[in-house]
Amino acid sequence: MMENLVYIALFAPFVSSMFSALFGMSPRQTFVGIVASTLLFISFAASATLAMHVYSTGVGIHVTMMDWISAGDLHIPFGFLVDQVSVTMMTVVTLVSTVVHIYSIGYMDHDKSFNRFFSYLSAFVFSMMILVMSDNFAGLFIGWEGVGVCSWLLIGFWYHKKDVSREENPSISPSWAANEAFIMNRIADLGMLVGLFIVYWNVGSLQYDVVFASLPELSGSVLNAAAIFLFIGAMGKSAQFPLHTWLTDAMEGPTPVSALIHAATMVTAGVFLVIRANPLFSMTPEVSYFIASLGTFVAFFAASMALVNRDLKRIIAFSTLSQLGYMFAAAGLGAYWIALFHLAAHAFFKALLFLGAGNVMHAMHDELDIFKMGGLKKVMKWTYIYMGLASLALAGIPFFAGFFSKDAIIETAWNEGTLILWFILVVTAGMTAFYSFRQVFLTFHGDERYKAFGIHPHEMYKFVLIAMSPLAFLAVVAGFGMGGFEHFVTKLLPEYHMSEHTHHIAWILGLVVLLFAVGGILLAYKKYDKGLKRDEKLENSFIYRLLANQYYIPQLYEGFITKPYAMLSEMMWTKVDMKIVDATVDGIAKLLYKSGDKTRKMQTGNLSNYLNWMAVGAVLLLVVAALSAMLG
Amino acid sequence: MIGLSHYLIVSALIFSIGLMGVLRRRNLLMLFFATEVMLNAVNIAFAAFSHYYNDLTGQMFAFFLIAIAASEVAVGLGILIVLYKKYGSLDLDDLASMKG
Amino acid sequence: MYEIVAFYLFSALTIGLFLITVMSKNVLYAMTSLASGMVLISGFFFILGADFLGVVQLIVYVGAVMALYSFAMMFFDATRDIKERNTNPALVFLLGGLSALVLVLMFAAPIHSEAIQALYPMHEGVGNAQDVGIVLFTKYLIPFEVAAVMLLVAMIAGIILAGKKMDQSLTEDTSADDEILTQKDAK
Repeated sequence: MMENLVYIALFAPFVSSMFSALFGMSPRQTFVGIVASTLLFISFAASATLAMHVYSTGVGIHVTMMDWISAGDLHIPFGFLVDQVSVTMMTVVTLVSTVVHIYSIGYMDHDKSFNRFFSYLSAFVFSMMILVMSDNFAGLFIGWEGVGVCSWLLIGFWYHKKDVSREENPSISPSWAANEAFIMNRIADLGMLVGLFIVYWNVGSLQYDVVFASLPELSGSVLNAAAIFLFIGAMGKSAQFPLHTWLTDAMEGPTPVSALIHAATMVTAGVFLVIRANPLFSMTPEVSYFIASLGTFVAFFAASMALVNRDLKRIIAFSTLSQLGYMFAAAGLGAYWIALFHLAAHAFFKALLFLGAGNVMHAMHDELDIFKMGGLKKVMKWTYIYMGLASLALAGIPFFAGFFSKDAIIETAWNEGTLILWFILVVTAGMTAFYSFRQVFLTFHGDERYKAFGIHPHEMYKFVLIAMSPLAFLAVVAGFGMGGFEHFVTKLLPEYHMSEHTHHIAWILGLVVLLFAVGGILLAYKKYDKGLKRDEKLENSFIYRLLANQYYIPQLYEGFITKPYAMLSEMMWTKVDMKIVDATVDGIAKLLYKSGDKTRKMQTGNLSNYLNWMAVGAVLLLVVAALSAMLG
Repeated sequence: MIGLSHYLIVSALIFSIGLMGVLRRRNLLMLFFATEVMLNAVNIAFAAFSHYYNDLTGQMFAFFLIAIAASEVAVGLGILIVLYKKYGSLDLDDLASMKG
Repeated sequence: MYEIVAFYLFSALTIGLFLITVMSKNVLYAMTSLASGMVLISGFFFILGADFLGVVQLIVYVGAVMALYSFAMMFFDATRDIKERNTNPALVFLLGGLSALVLVLMFAAPIHSEAIQALYPMHEGVGNAQDVGIVLFTKYLIPFEVAAVMLLVAMIAGIILAGKKMDQSLTEDTSADDEILTQKDAK
């Protein structure tokens, strides 16, 4: 019974994808979206049931579907493991996916590639489920690649949009952004593959249980190498610095895609990998500390760029990046269950935030500049409420979901004694609050700047708003489940408690963070509640322009990496491929042709000539026979 | 004493003479003459082997060779006549219509 | 002693005659020397104790084959020389000489082994013709019959290739008879 549920949860998205693919070339049909959403809901129901089962029994379910590779010593099955960690991920993924599917029925209703969208979206969910449910590193990698491909398909969904210059659109075009995402992920996947090879080479198997059991026997350098390379793979998927530019450019895709992939699921795959492989990372403290530091740096780095950005979705993308940094900080410091909890909570309110932004975009005819919006709360009441709730959760205001999880992470930083990290995380919390509410105020409060552009916004369809409500509910109350979650998940993950000393001053620490958060909100209120006041001097200052241009890192990559590589490729193509390789192959063909042409002259039609050749051949054979008889 | 080698050398010389004739002649009829020379040289060799090994096999071969040569001449001359009627000449250079 | 003299005489004559066959520009000379060479070759056979073979050579080759060639020679004007052009003498002599050299060298060295056993050994006391007859009609019967068929085929081929008006049947088709009769009447 339980095994069937596992297969249902896994394959329902696949069936949905195949079904929608049948209509890929047809004009939009609403029932395609309905069928897809229903199948995703079935998957969610199965995952939730499995979650209840695992919660009540405390033991995971392990099924092996079939043997995939069995060659010599290499034995990789298609196996699936449903334990506390994976069932958490499964539930989060399927819940957010179901909501996004229903949302897309409303959002994409004017798009002519409606059916194709659902096919890609469900295929993505299927790949993510494989990634999460697999019981060995190879299956994880298959899912890893699958989500990369589906992400590429979805970011470049509007592939017919042409490339424009970087000043007009920092992402140049959806196809360009899709390529960038895929290529950056590929670079990181190389690291991940090397990590997998190291693991297999030293352990002899890729199954999680076998690998983790044999970790104590491996040498320190092997463990460090494996950890580093696996983390490089995680860096690509979760867009940590320096492989971070693709996440903001991925906003070229439709908003539901951003909500599902780049908030809740794909980008958390890296965190999932670190959590899954926690025995490995626990044994390599230097690597873990590096992970935590990098996470903290990225949290601050991304928040700084969100402070001045004008693009609605980009601000939210930066905040995703920042929160991913928080998750890595927690995982790096050893508090794996806290990272997982923040992952789940973040998925809910970030998806809600993106979907709300989608509502705004849909109303504003795809206008993204928040300087052109304002005062929308009069027209879009529910969207305003949803986005407000999500921003409160994100800022870490008490009793919303984000408060519990983010505070736990910051407390961990204090607890581990890494005070620099603690300080940076606290400051970032303040910045997070500031930019979230800057965006809310500029969009919904103040003067109605959009009227100057002749836009007539209206609220989104009722059914979409109803579909978003579970997310809003969870964004508010999920935090209260933290105790139960800890109890549930630490059956598998290592426990992490704050020390006695930290417990005593926990309320002081929480107060400090709260101060920063509330301070940020007040600052935003003061500046933006009455509407937008442009400040020319500030906008032209060096720091402002640095942040607005993402520290010029995309331009740096283009100048130092992309252009030289393109030149190198062109040179290799013209000089090496065309001149050497093609010339060699053509040369062989030409040689054969010419030699055939020349020997054709032998056919004179003259019998005497032929007899000459026969005599030559006969004499040659005689000589050869004589020689071989003499020598042999 | 005349040994096997003597006969074989004679046969080889006659064979080479025939070979030279085959290479040299342009007239189809003369070509046939040279072919006959070669066949006869081989017959000598067979008979010599038969004599020196006291084996009748060589003579049998020679018999059948003679039969074959006779039939070859018959058919070959028939073709020669048809060729002459069609092209009016027996020179090999004029008969080179299978030029590739 | 007689054998040695005969051998060298026959060899010299044969080689000389065949050289004339190969080199001469006159058809008549070539044919004559060919016939004479064949007679001398039958002499070789007699020296080697192959009486029957020698007689067969005389009858078949010299008698029948050369007669055939003589009929073919009727195509040509015997007094005129055959014009042969653009043969490369160097190539011809090179190839011929080379093959002669190699073959002679091969045959001069004693490379025949002693372990060869006769397949159909000659019987003592019986004449060569009797011996040949025994082997030909028992062991070589099938090749014999096949050769007979081959000769038949060659004969028919020769008739068809060389005959006139061969597309009309003289026995079945009576139109030729009518033609002859009408010709007679016309006369």
